Amino acid sequence: MGRLSPALLLPLLAVAALAAGPLVAGTFYVQLLTKIMILVVFAMSLDLLVGCAGLVSLGHAAYFGVAAYALAALSPQYEAANLWLTLPAAMAVSALAALVIGFLVLRTSGVYFIMATLAFAQMLYAFFAESGVIGGSDGVYIYSKPEALLPGGLKPFDLERTTDFYYVALAAMAGVYVLLRTILHSLFGRVLVGIRDNEQRMRSLGFQTFRYKLAAFVISGALAGLAGYLSAAQFGFVNPELLNWHRSGEVLMMVILGGMGSLYGAALGAFVLVLVEDVLGGLTTHWLLPMGIFIIAAVFLLPEGIAGLWRSGLGRRRRPAAPDPVEVATDAAAVEEAAADA
Amino acid sequence: MRDMSPGIPALSVRGLTKRFGGLLAVADVCLDVAPGEIHAVIGPNGAGKSTLINLLSGDLRPTAGSIRINGTEVSGWSADRVARLGVGRSYQRNNIFPRFTAFENCRLAAQARLPSSMRFFRPAVSIRGPQEQAEHALQLAGLDRRADLPAQALSHGEKRLLEIAMTLATSPTLLLLDEPLAGTGAEEAAGIVALLKRLAAEHAIVLVEHDMDAVFSLADRITVMVDGIVVESGDPETVRNSAAVQEAYLGTGEADHEMGAFADAR
Repeated sequence: MGRLSPALLLPLLAVAALAAGPLVAGTFYVQLLTKIMILVVFAMSLDLLVGCAGLVSLGHAAYFGVAAYALAALSPQYEAANLWLTLPAAMAVSALAALVIGFLVLRTSGVYFIMATLAFAQMLYAFFAESGVIGGSDGVYIYSKPEALLPGGLKPFDLERTTDFYYVALAAMAGVYVLLRTILHSLFGRVLVGIRDNEQRMRSLGFQTFRYKLAAFVISGALAGLAGYLSAAQFGFVNPELLNWHRSGEVLMMVILGGMGSLYGAALGAFVLVLVEDVLGGLTTHWLLPMGIFIIAAVFLLPEGIAGLWRSGLGRRRRPAAPDPVEVATDAAAVEEAAADA
Repeated sequence: MRDMSPGIPALSVRGLTKRFGGLLAVADVCLDVAPGEIHAVIGPNGAGKSTLINLLSGDLRPTAGSIRINGTEVSGWSADRVARLGVGRSYQRNNIFPRFTAFENCRLAAQARLPSSMRFFRPAVSIRGPQEQAEHALQLAGLDRRADLPAQALSHGEKRLLEIAMTLATSPTLLLLDEPLAGTGAEEAAGIVALLKRLAAEHAIVLVEHDMDAVFSLADRITVMVDGIVVESGDPETVRNSAAVQEAYLGTGEADHEMGAFADAR
């Protein structure tokens, strides 16, 4: 196409820069970046729902946490679990949870949808906190990181090594980005964006919108599970807080702060939120207050999120003939005009 | 069974009733539309015309009555199921995807006729069927030169045409058009009337419309509704001369200007 697409250029630059990370950064920052890249996977999985399908879920930590618990449950006490078995299993558990919960919550919409997703996530939180299975409210340790052992004794990487884990997280992030972009431009993705913009019209055209929303919910849950699994592996510890509502709120904040519907916006949001938290946390113990001010300022000054900065900068130089409906997700003016039409 | 054999009406409605609490919005309506026929539904505001369309399209569930489309009983079906049977509806207020291009709007509509859109990997732009149907629909509506403009950049009249083009892209046999001329100027209206005339050859059309000139120039049959009840149904000549219609329209007062148009159309 030759067009300088932020959806292509930005992630390529970012991956190239991140690939060089371990060569220049110390262990602390390599681990911090690993954590952030895992959160990027989490945030992008939520963006598929919030930004692309218009489904604002406030219970996304449930699928993240369920996969983390799946790894804890599947790990032998003093040995490493096999990554190639436990990762798909953990993602399948998350997908199943998303299928069941999605089947129920997708019958609601708007504020009720937000409340229903929150309620189900809190039920799972309460289950892990109070039932006493898998460690109860104290949580449980995972002593060995999962082993990437292939048949024949081959081990392509070792998660116990910080740099290896870093590159696995980088590959997961890049892979999920490519996967979600592919999905967005498929027939399925078009239907999702149509549902976000006007679900009633999609139904009157003949689309069974519930099925498409449920499929998106399951894909999103499975990918959140990937993030949860990697996170549990990185920190070697799971507790019910992983599923708590402020985790759901935090990842939603990343998506909104970064800019909804573009995927790279969600990624930017995750980076900025964690890094600002890190910087402020180093300056003062009362970092939550400036953090709040930062978020309020960002929401007021950047209604399209951080990704919107890039888009408007690009728009000033060259105006594409027709916006890509998938990329121009939160065009405030367009939304207003649509509202005026209605 | 969806062929347009002469025996089976495209649409056959019997005893259709919709009650909202104490309000009887549509009462015992009967209606037949043959293939290739334009059947206009007119009446003052609040007569139940839009409710009728919503019942036919499956957006509302009838309280009682039967709706047969090409011989299939569809009352109680969901809107998407009715649509897949070959029913295209357009809306009184623009109900398009403003950020999609005109072409994208139609392609998405055409996609609704694929067996499934649960296809996650192949780019949508590489799938030919919907592309061709979208091009065809835009051409029919005379929008082919505006295909690559975002829908929100179109003029009001063009948006009304796009609204119809989207329903055409789904290859319907029965069209339910809710005030396609709403808010258009004389020139735009003429363009839409011309389009509807062309469409009548291959579609059965239910047309709800306030513009009496358009109604009397297009309709093969006209049904007049007042307060949810059919007061007259027949060919334009019969309706024009009906005492019941005159009384009903004069009785509502608010429809004075329509009555004027009525007289002009005589």
